[in-house]
Formats: sequence, C-alpha cells, structure tokens
Amino acid sequence: MILIHCPYCDEKRPEIEFANAGQAHIARPLDPSGQSDADWEAYLFIRANPRGRHHERWRHTHGCGRFFNAVRDTVTDKFETTYKAGEPRR
Amino acid sequence: MTRFSALSLFTKAFGGHQNWPAQWPDAAPKPAYDAIIVGGGGHGLGAAYYLAKKYGITNVAVLEKSWIGGGNTGRNTTIIRSNYLYDESAHLYDHAVKLWDGLSQELNYNIMYSKRGVMMLAHNVHDIQSLQRHINANRLNGVDNEWLTPEQAKAYCPPLNISPDARHPVLGAALQRRGGTARHDSVAWGYARAAAALGVDIIQNCAVTGIRRGADGAVEGVETTRGYIASKRVGVSAAGNTSVIMQMAGLDFPLESYPLQALVSEPIKPTFPCVVMSNTVHAYMSQSDKGELVIGAGTDQYVSYSQRGALHIVEHTLAAICEIFPIYRRMRMLRTWGGIVDVTPDRSPILGKTPVKGLYVNCGWGTGGFKATPGAGDLLAYTMAKDEPHKINAPFNLDRFRNGRLIDEAAAAAVAH
Repeated sequence: MILIHCPYCDEKRPEIEFANAGQAHIARPLDPSGQSDADWEAYLFIRANPRGRHHERWRHTHGCGRFFNAVRDTVTDKFETTYKAGEPRR
Repeated sequence: MTRFSALSLFTKAFGGHQNWPAQWPDAAPKPAYDAIIVGGGGHGLGAAYYLAKKYGITNVAVLEKSWIGGGNTGRNTTIIRSNYLYDESAHLYDHAVKLWDGLSQELNYNIMYSKRGVMMLAHNVHDIQSLQRHINANRLNGVDNEWLTPEQAKAYCPPLNISPDARHPVLGAALQRRGGTARHDSVAWGYARAAAALGVDIIQNCAVTGIRRGADGAVEGVETTRGYIASKRVGVSAAGNTSVIMQMAGLDFPLESYPLQALVSEPIKPTFPCVVMSNTVHAYMSQSDKGELVIGAGTDQYVSYSQRGALHIVEHTLAAICEIFPIYRRMRMLRTWGGIVDVTPDRSPILGKTPVKGLYVNCGWGTGGFKATPGAGDLLAYTMAKDEPHKINAPFNLDRFRNGRLIDEAAAAAVAH
C-alpha cells in the first residue's frame, strides 16, 4: 500500500484513507453549447495515461475529505509531490 | 513442424522425450512485411494466425517487447464466458466462445478448454434482478445462461456456503454451462506454433519505439529496438501499453491503464468443479488442473504500469472468498501478481480502424480480455485484411466516444469495475 501526503492535513497516511479521482487539471468547458463533438470527446473520455509522470486528483475521503492534486510516476508509483486544489500545475 | 499426436508422444518417449524439436523458430526481423502485429500475447498471435490461415497474408511479423505470452496472457485467471448484457457484446464474446470450441484440434495443440461452467452469484435483490435480466438478454441472443436456486448452486459447486445467516447469503445464481477455463500459456504457444508453421515471424525482445508515417499520413513502418521494419499495415494489440504506442502515431486514446491482480493457492486435490464469480463482493475463483485455486482480485484505483498492485486489494478479495467458501479458510496463498489492463470509459473494447491509414487497433479489453482471445484475433485479422471491420466488431469502433453510441458494459461486466 502506498503512503500519500495530504497537503491539508500535512501528514503521510495510508492509501486506504484516500480515493483516487482521476486525471487532474481537466477544466470543464465554460461554453458547453459552443463545443464540438470532438471537444466533448476530449473533455469526457480522452485521458493522458502516461507511462511516467502523471498529474492526478486524490480525495482524503477518510480524513479531511478534501480534494488535492498529486504528481506520481506511474511506473514506480512514487509520489513526486502533492499540492492543494487550485494551486498551479507542477 | 512435428504434428502432435498420441503416436508422436509414444515414439518420443523412447528417446526419453529428449528429441522434441523447437516448436517454432526464434525469428530475426526482416526489413519489410505485408503486415505487422505489435504485441505477442494471445490476441496478437491469434491475429497473425488468422491473417495467415483465413486471409492468405503470410508475410507477417509479430513484435513482442519481451517474451510471448508474458503480459496479460500469462497473468489472467483463464476464465471463458460470453454472458454479456448488450447485443453487440454478446455477439462479440460468443464469437470467441464458438472459436474456443475446437481450437485444440485446429491448432493441433492442447489448450485444455474445459467447459466446466461459470456461475455468478446473487447476494441481494438487485443481483437477482440484474442476473435474471442478463439471462433473458443472453437467451434472446442465443447465449446459454440459466437460473439456479441456492440449492441447485450448492449441488453444482459443493464448497459454496448457502447458509441463510452467511455474511454474503447466496440467493441464487446464473450459470453459463459453456463457460469455463483454458490453459492460458498454451493458447499463446498454440497460436505461435500454428502461425509460425504458416510463415509468420515471431520476434521476441523487440519493442516498438516509434511509428513512421508517410507524407499522406499513412503508416509506413515501425521503429523498434531491433531496427526499422517497413509495413503498410500495422495492428496494435498491446493491452495496457496501447495508449503509449498510439501516441507514437499522434493519437490520443480514451484509455486508462490499471494494475489488476490475481493469485493462486498451494495446489490441492480437485475440490472446486467450476468457476464461481461474485460481482457484489468482488471475488471469483476456479481450480486449475494443477490443483491451485486461481483467484481474481480487483484493480487498483490509480493509473499505473507497475505490474503489481496493493495488498489491501488482495485482502479484500480473500476476505470475501473465506466467507463464501469457508472450507478454504486455512489455505495458504503461494503467489500474487499483477497485469496492466487498459480500461475504456464504457468498459467495452476498441477493435477496428484508427484515424491513421494502415493503423489498426485491438485494445480496451480491460479486466476481461482472455476469454475473447480467438475472437479478437480473428476480427483484428479480418479488419486488417479487408481494411474494414467485420459486422461483429463494427460497433466497437473508436468513433463511439465522439458520437455517443457507447456499449456501456460498465455495470454489466463480471466484476464491479
């Protein structure tokens, strides 16, 4: 089990306290009716799925309950950093 | 190629089984092929075999980055079934089940397909309604599936705990009798041997590092760790690594890759006659002919290429197994491992053409690709040979994520994804 640092609680806690919430920094379109089918496909379904450095969202479900972002290597599963929601992409 | 038979086994026994020839040659890449398959698992080797056998394209190479059958083909729980809810899926998976029948004879290789039945348990009212809906939908599609009472389920699988005060009470079960298991390694080896006999080059330790495209955008060949190989037709069947390969051609795919775990116990005498799956509590199990209990666990919650998963996923499955089959509480588990599965948003595969001319794809089988091996191979071969999808795999196109015509098996698949 991996240990995850919650930037709000400022503690490393076991993975079972957290829920992964998918790729981070996907912005919902501001003008939904102005989007093409291809734009919607990209927003809803296309994901980076990189082999290596990955930006993802986690939620400290059984702790503070808040969402935050993380950078993790998908080959080693090692976290590079975690940071609060709303902070710029690292 | 030595034809395997009782006689060949008998005569080779006199030499102490020391003089069996290699089953297929270890090929080195040629400069060009009529078709290239990326990924030497069951699906890719199957595609190469059917290209040569049914469509007359024998100048084919299968490129495998490590050893054949060493990815998800060798890491799954070997379950075969076709009891999927939607028409498109039922046709797709049943196409494969029909090919499993007789595959040992066709390949002259014992793949040990055993129709021992796949039984899915209902633990609550929702399960009963859902499984009965599946049974009705399956029967309308010509796929066998039948309802069992708890007593009938117990008779079919004696280790099952149907006590009403059990932690996960069994309220009934859906049984597909044609479902079962096959020996996964033999599937890869059988296809490899049969394809090689028809002229296919099986090239191991050859990772694809780039896809070269011409001025018109069409595929011209692939860059590999063993040099450039030209081909105007490239089929990618690389499971968890598909999105990495597709990005070499500039395509972003609706895929995410997760570790899926499985484990086996110490081998014991035959005690478990069928395959049992419990979707609600997420446990499924069968017993291999070697005697090990083969148990499928779940996926990790995060994207990863690590080919290993977290222990708490395994613990969760074993807790459920111990409740449903109390006789195995004192069994020791020997090995656990993980494979990287590529999951699509609707949990149905993508099998067909891509926006790049000459580039074909077979991916997105998620947690259930083994059962589809012969069907996926056959349909990828058809699509590559005719440059258009077969009517069975036509609905499983990439465009469905744009036009919204999804085949949403997310809630209908074997396990709660």
